[in-house]
Amino acid sequence: MSAHDTAIDTRAGARAGIEPEGRKPRRISPGRIGIYAFLIMAAVFFLVPLYVMIVTSLKTMPEIRLGLLFNLPKEPTIQPWIDAMVNACTGLDCHGLSPGFWNSVKITVPSVIVSIICASLNGYALTYWPYKGANLLFALLVFGAFVPYQVVIYPLIIGLSWAGLFATLPGIIIIHTIFGMPLLTLLYRNFYASLPVELFKAARVDGAGFWRIFFMIMMPMSVPITIVAVILQVTGIWNDFLFGVVFAGRENWPMTVQLNNIVNSTTGVREYNINMAATILTAAVPLIVYFVSGRWFVRGIAAGAVKG
Amino acid sequence: MTLALRRAFPLPSIVGTIPMILVSIGVFVVGIGFSVLWSFTSSKLFPNYDFVGLLQYRRLWATDRWLVAVNNIWIFGFLSIGCNLVFGYLLAVFMDQRIRQEDAFRSIFLYPFAMSLIVTGLVWQWALDPNLGLQSAMRHLGWESFSFAPLVDPQLAIYGLVVAGIWQGSGVTMAILLAGLRGIDQEIWKAAKVDGIPDWRAYLFIGLPMMRGAVATAFVLQCVSVVRVYDLVVAMTGGGPGYSTTMPAVYVIQLITVRQNVGQGMAAATMMLLPILIVIAIGGILLWRRGRKAKAA
Repeated sequence: MSAHDTAIDTRAGARAGIEPEGRKPRRISPGRIGIYAFLIMAAVFFLVPLYVMIVTSLKTMPEIRLGLLFNLPKEPTIQPWIDAMVNACTGLDCHGLSPGFWNSVKITVPSVIVSIICASLNGYALTYWPYKGANLLFALLVFGAFVPYQVVIYPLIIGLSWAGLFATLPGIIIIHTIFGMPLLTLLYRNFYASLPVELFKAARVDGAGFWRIFFMIMMPMSVPITIVAVILQVTGIWNDFLFGVVFAGRENWPMTVQLNNIVNSTTGVREYNINMAATILTAAVPLIVYFVSGRWFVRGIAAGAVKG
Repeated sequence: MTLALRRAFPLPSIVGTIPMILVSIGVFVVGIGFSVLWSFTSSKLFPNYDFVGLLQYRRLWATDRWLVAVNNIWIFGFLSIGCNLVFGYLLAVFMDQRIRQEDAFRSIFLYPFAMSLIVTGLVWQWALDPNLGLQSAMRHLGWESFSFAPLVDPQLAIYGLVVAGIWQGSGVTMAILLAGLRGIDQEIWKAAKVDGIPDWRAYLFIGLPMMRGAVATAFVLQCVSVVRVYDLVVAMTGGGPGYSTTMPAVYVIQLITVRQNVGQGMAAATMMLLPILIVIAIGGILLWRRGRKAKAA
């Protein structure tokens, strides 16, 4: 069933204009069949869960109880999706995922903007205006990229409560800025270091200072790396669970936290169709980012992984 | 201010990097310092400074739940990193065979990585649920004796997590290793072909050593995500059945939130930091030695 699905998917890809590179193999040898068999089986492994979730979310509960997991819905219904968005319950609160969705938006948008501004300034200052000790600070920051979150979470809880920001929206934005900083700073520093230094020198000769060079020259030039950074941060922050549940506070809980509460704490009958619709809805934003950005996403991972 | 001082400390540069200074020093030095400090105290709900020496560590290592967590992280780490690298490299090698629809395959292998670990956890919780997922589907198809329900068995639940980890992470490994393979000079493959070396040996004994950087990158990425694994456990098993799938990351959060035992939580967190410090120290020594060798040459 779903192998068939994959075939449809790949043909759709061909129509979208993705052409294979290099010369075509002339004959279909057993070896090539083996290669495709392996790849298609792997693709099935990756796609089956998504397929099952989509068809299940379109079924009614009586149909799900029949247990025919892989069958297409006999009477497709979008009611589960509506319920997941506006009616599903966490405890006594029955507003579905929509509050969580808006909370996630409220957390993600400012966090992405603030963390990218901070990180690009860091990268710029480290590359062109290093001061004594700047490299030590940077080394500490890179070390921070490897530190398990659990080691610093409690001191941050105490610090934010002391500042009156614990369980508030600004608090969670600060947290995302902190934990996004190591990777993003690295990204921007490497990017600025790859630019020709003459550019900076010419601007200096013309009398431009730190901020002027940053706003007039560096910012317009860093569009490509900023796209990568935005993709990384939007998916990373949207997908975050741990910081959301610890630092955001009950009324700001992001979508992931609410999804987990809806699915894992329901008492009584488990409404799988609603749960699966809710899961797909939560995954939708990063998936859209992923499919729209395509190769940029891969580049982001690779760039982020260069630290090794 | 003298000119020399201004060169050493350009003021706007320092102002522009105030956030970095605060994060580097404030979070990653002072924060970790406090965590370690509190691990030597009897802190309960709030930190106090009643020092008790190594008592929290002794208690920690006498707690069954922690021992299970440590055991789990080793099983999960070894299996998920190992399987991810092997499966990821296999996928990369097969993707490297001038196949059609490479982009479509790549998108399929990589999309789980774009989703939250909460989503992955829920997906596999359902897939391995005996009344809903794979087992029930197989039985409805007529294979009545089919039995595969790792998540309800305390002995096997950890392997269910490994499956989810592979589903989530092997696509990334594939992407990184494929980039590594493509980065190798084409002449080398041709030379291997001329010498009559079979493809599988060329990939194993020539390709792999030549892309050490990519392998190291994929490995480090996997290691970091294994140490941090929290969301997956929470969504998939909640640490259960019982506490059979607790991980150190879950244990620490439980201690500082639900069970209000900050002292021991910080001791556990410090234990999580220790392997990372060791790995970084080894990496640093290797880099330093390589630097010295390069200088000598």
